[in-house]
Amino acid sequence: MLTLVRRSELVKVSHKESSVLNKIWLSMIMLAVIVGMIEGRIDAVVHAITESAKLGFEVALGLTGIMALWMGIMGIASESGLVAGIARVLKPVMRRLFPEIPPDDPAMGAMILNISANMLGLANAATPFGLQAMKELQRLNIHVHTASNSMCIFLAINTSSVQLIPATAIAFLAANGSLHPTSIIFSTLIATIISMTVAIFSVKQLAKLPIYQMRDADNL
Amino acid sequence: MNNFANQLSNWMLLAFVVGIPLFGAIKKVDVFDAFIVGAKQGFETIVSIIPYLVAMMVAIGMLRASGFFELLSSLLAPLLTAIGMPSELLPLALIRPFSGSAATGVMAELIHQHGGNSFIANTAATMMGSTETTFYVIAIYFGSVNIRRTRHAIPAGLLADAAGVVASVTICRYLFA
Repeated sequence: MLTLVRRSELVKVSHKESSVLNKIWLSMIMLAVIVGMIEGRIDAVVHAITESAKLGFEVALGLTGIMALWMGIMGIASESGLVAGIARVLKPVMRRLFPEIPPDDPAMGAMILNISANMLGLANAATPFGLQAMKELQRLNIHVHTASNSMCIFLAINTSSVQLIPATAIAFLAANGSLHPTSIIFSTLIATIISMTVAIFSVKQLAKLPIYQMRDADNL
Repeated sequence: MNNFANQLSNWMLLAFVVGIPLFGAIKKVDVFDAFIVGAKQGFETIVSIIPYLVAMMVAIGMLRASGFFELLSSLLAPLLTAIGMPSELLPLALIRPFSGSAATGVMAELIHQHGGNSFIANTAATMMGSTETTFYVIAIYFGSVNIRRTRHAIPAGLLADAAGVVASVTICRYLFA
């Protein structure tokens, strides 16, 4: 399944991201030239261009082995039904988080699979489950063009998701001489638990604000 | 404390690297074959982010050389000291909600520049794991079902990202500084 979704995912990612990044990237290099001129450091800025480009490729090379190892382990995880296992554990929690969704609705299953895949860092597997979940949530949504409460909760959890193995970050640290690259597993776990708590609390509280209520126009 | 975190992380790592193949074997998965399939994908992932890495590392490298970060930290000093965040980490926090690949490039540059054992490298890595590409996820997910009014999804996602940044800096100051 992983292999099937991969190509199309990549194409979609680069297309959508580029729209915002065009402006950000251009501002970054323009800003560097302007600040460099004011600070009288144009020599250094010019030198940084070729040095950084070379570095970009070298960094990727140094990373390849560790990344392949992690994705290999994750390949075994998804083959052995670990995603389904996490899904079972999550089920009772999900019922509490989504009171508006019937417990046995297909939407629940798709959301659980998406969150489980996200926890394992399987971004390529998570996205198709997530899109499926949105389709199922939309089926239950009475306002065609307006996000339902459940959609907002799902997105909040999704964008703050607990990550059990930050594989890429570990790989970068290891490739740059870190003595304990896996130390960040612990710090990332704590930080994601905090961000997820904030996400769930704020999505539930913000839903009560007048500006986020459903309007008559939403029924169209 | 650092030692405790390190020991705990060691065992969590082993639980994955040894535990997952063992679990797979019990579930009668051909673990070697499954590993190879996944590892090939890891390789492809790296190749596909090389253009992002080069683009972002050049932009950040130019900004660093220009003295932009010194300027930024003097401007934002009160805010940054309030949460204990070095100004070098600011571009990562700002770019993260927009693009995962671009943020990976920024993180790579920070880790390379400051070394794998530094506070900044570890904090950057923790920030990457505990925040998300909020705008991107919301655009793709809502776009796929034609939702136009997203209500409180974006503010909630951004609050979560901000919490992730502050939490990362705080925890890493305690563990790695």
